[in-house]
Formats: sequence, C-alpha cells, structure tokens
Amino acid sequence: MSVQRLTPSQTLGPFYGFALPYEDDSIIVRDGDLHVTGSVYDGAGQLVPDALIEILQPDGRGRFHAEGFHGFGRCSTRPEGHFAFTTVKPGPVAEGEAPHLAVIVHARGLLLHLHTRMYFADETEANATDLVLNAVPEQRRHTLIGEATEDGVRFDIRLQGENETVFFDV
Amino acid sequence: MTPYRRDGLEAHPDRDFPDYKSTRLRHPKEPLVVLRDPETELTQPVLGAGPIGPLDDNLTRQHPGEPIGERIIVTGQVRDGNGIPLSDQLLEIWQANAAGRYAQAEDAHPAPLDPNFSGVGRCLTDDRGFYRFTTIKPGPYPWRNHDKAWRPAHIHFSLFGTAFVSRLITQMYFPGDPLFPYDPVMKSVQDDAARRRMVASFDLDATEDQWATGYRWDIVLRGPEKTLFEDESGMQS
Ligand SMILES: [Fe+2]
Repeated sequence: MSVQRLTPSQTLGPFYGFALPYEDDSIIVRDGDLHVTGSVYDGAGQLVPDALIEILQPDGRGRFHAEGFHGFGRCSTRPEGHFAFTTVKPGPVAEGEAPHLAVIVHARGLLLHLHTRMYFADETEANATDLVLNAVPEQRRHTLIGEATEDGVRFDIRLQGENETVFFDV
Repeated sequence: MTPYRRDGLEAHPDRDFPDYKSTRLRHPKEPLVVLRDPETELTQPVLGAGPIGPLDDNLTRQHPGEPIGERIIVTGQVRDGNGIPLSDQLLEIWQANAAGRYAQAEDAHPAPLDPNFSGVGRCLTDDRGFYRFTTIKPGPYPWRNHDKAWRPAHIHFSLFGTAFVSRLITQMYFPGDPLFPYDPVMKSVQDDAARRRMVASFDLDATEDQWATGYRWDIVLRGPEKTLFEDESGMQS
C-alpha cells in the first residue's frame, strides 16, 4: 500500500447522451411526492443543453443506505437545458442540519464537475442554523434554496454570472 | 465520518481554461465555499442502475456483426489514493467508433457510423479492483474549438469511488498520439506527470495472441485519510 496520485478529471464532452442516461435514472424514489425541476444556465444566461445533474440524498428519515433505498439519481439536461427528478423530501442527516440534496453538475465545457446543494424554502428554522448555509455569504444563500412550485421544488443552477449558484470546495 | 484526503487535488484541471473555449461561460467566477467533512458528500452512493448485462464489458459483441476497427482490450486496476484496490466499482465508458464518430444523433462529423458498434460499456471491478473491457480503438475526431481542432483518440470513463467526493469523469488516451500537443482538453491538466497518468500503456500481458492488442490503464480515486490501523500495519487485511 502506498500513496497513489489521483487520475485527473476531464469534461464528459458533448456526446454522453447515448451512454450515461439509463432507464428511470431520474426517479430516485418511485412514486415519490417531491418533484425537483430546474434549468442550467451559463454565464450569458443561455440554457446549458449538455449538462448532467446527479443527486445523492438520504431517505425521509435522514438515513443513507436504508433497506430498499439507494438515494442516487441522474438526469441529463438534453436537449434543452432542463432536468426533473422524482423523489421524496430527505430528512436531516444529523442533529442541527437542515434537509438538503447533494448535487453534482457535469457539463461539456466543465473540466471538473461542481458540487452544490439544494435546501428547502419551508425549512426556515433549520436553514437558519445549518452550519453549511451559515458558511455561505448571506446575499448568496438564496441560490441554494429551492423555490416551492405547485408539485415540488424548482432549483435552477447558474454556472456563472448574476445570481451564480454557490458551489462547494468539498 | 473519516475525512477525505485533500493532497493531490491540484492534479485536476482549472475550470477556467481559455484555450478550451467552452469553459469561458461555464466556470463559476465566485469563490467556492469551503465545506469540510460533510456527511452527505462523504457518503458512498449506492447506484440504482441495475445489474450489468453479460455483454456490457464487450463492446465488440453488442450487435450481430463485428465492428470495424482495431480490436483492443483495455484493463487496469482501480485504487484509492492510499493504494487500496476498490472492488465492485461501477465503470461506465463511452467512445467514438474507429472512424471517430459517436453513435449520437448530434454528432455531425461526416465519418461513417458503424451499425455494429454503439460505443457504450459498463462493468464492475473484481475483488482485486481490476476492470477489463474489449472494444475497438476509437478514432480521433474534429471539433470546433479552433482551426484544425482534432481530439486525440480517447475513451470516456465514469467512476464513483467510496464517497460522493470521489466521483470522477475523465478520458483515457492512447500512447504516442501525435495530437496531444494540440489538444486543449488534455492540456488543461497542466502538470506533466498528471497528464501522463491519463495515457494508457501498451501491455503485452493484456494482449491476446491472434486476437487483440492490450492496453493497461490504472485509475486512482480520492480516498479517505488513512486510519491509524492502516498506518501501523502498512497493509490492508
Ligand atoms: Fe469524446
């Protein structure tokens, strides 16, 4: 056993659409009552039609790897720049943490994927004390909070520019 | 939660790399917010992608006929930064055909499609962390980044590792490709040694007589900081 040097990251390129999507990849929980939808925008405000969003989350009680629950989903933004997941609202992972989804953004033109998180607008109290949210400058915090819609939550991701989404060095 | 190692992360490219034009509007300009040892991102995703089919690791057997091209075997070991082999790891690969054309409708490169080649593979690593694919060598292909822009031949790889922070999407290149010095995607990895780690080696052991040439490509994913036990024994039981 010895220290090994990391294999560097490269973009997934423009042509992953025939390879990475799989059946029901964006259904994290079948018949889940939470629909997370959103769009990805670039620094010019244009939709990014060749991104791939991946989500990791615990179940409704904050447990990862609970029996029958895998908590991972994937959705390509092809062909127009939008994504949609079906899931359930996660429970808090630990005492004092606000419920959230961990989100990875891959895209053509992105040489190393980005980590972000989606929090919930109806968790005002938990959000106010969440350590991660509190580490984010207050005026940018709103970019991590999904907006309630009729049947779920809308979470737009802005890679650059005005209202740029907060991304994490994790 | 065991923290994950941060040494060596500088091997990755900067997201802002002007020679690769599409990075211009797609990299964040605000500083990243530091998140240390977050439980969610240190959790290993359990993939719901379903079982691997018997032909998923052999890209030359997914259609009635043989694909055109140079039949190759690509194999290697997946380890974490501590050198620990990672078993049961899902690898997803995708690539162009021998003529440099992807089996995706948007690929407008006027090179022939191959009805016997889709260019998509999946497999799990074995108990020693090894993967093995049989495929054909992809061709280089043009893109619109700059005048006479051609990508060196490559196979795209996707892996997960032992935590969400170990996630890796990358590209494997072939030794001696004359296009390396002109490719901004590869050159975005600025350290020579790190760039070489993306290049496979010809491997006589993996080569099969009268059948296929072999390439060896090992992959290292971000791993946890060493535990005291591993430090003391120097070995994994
Ligand atoms: Fe490619």
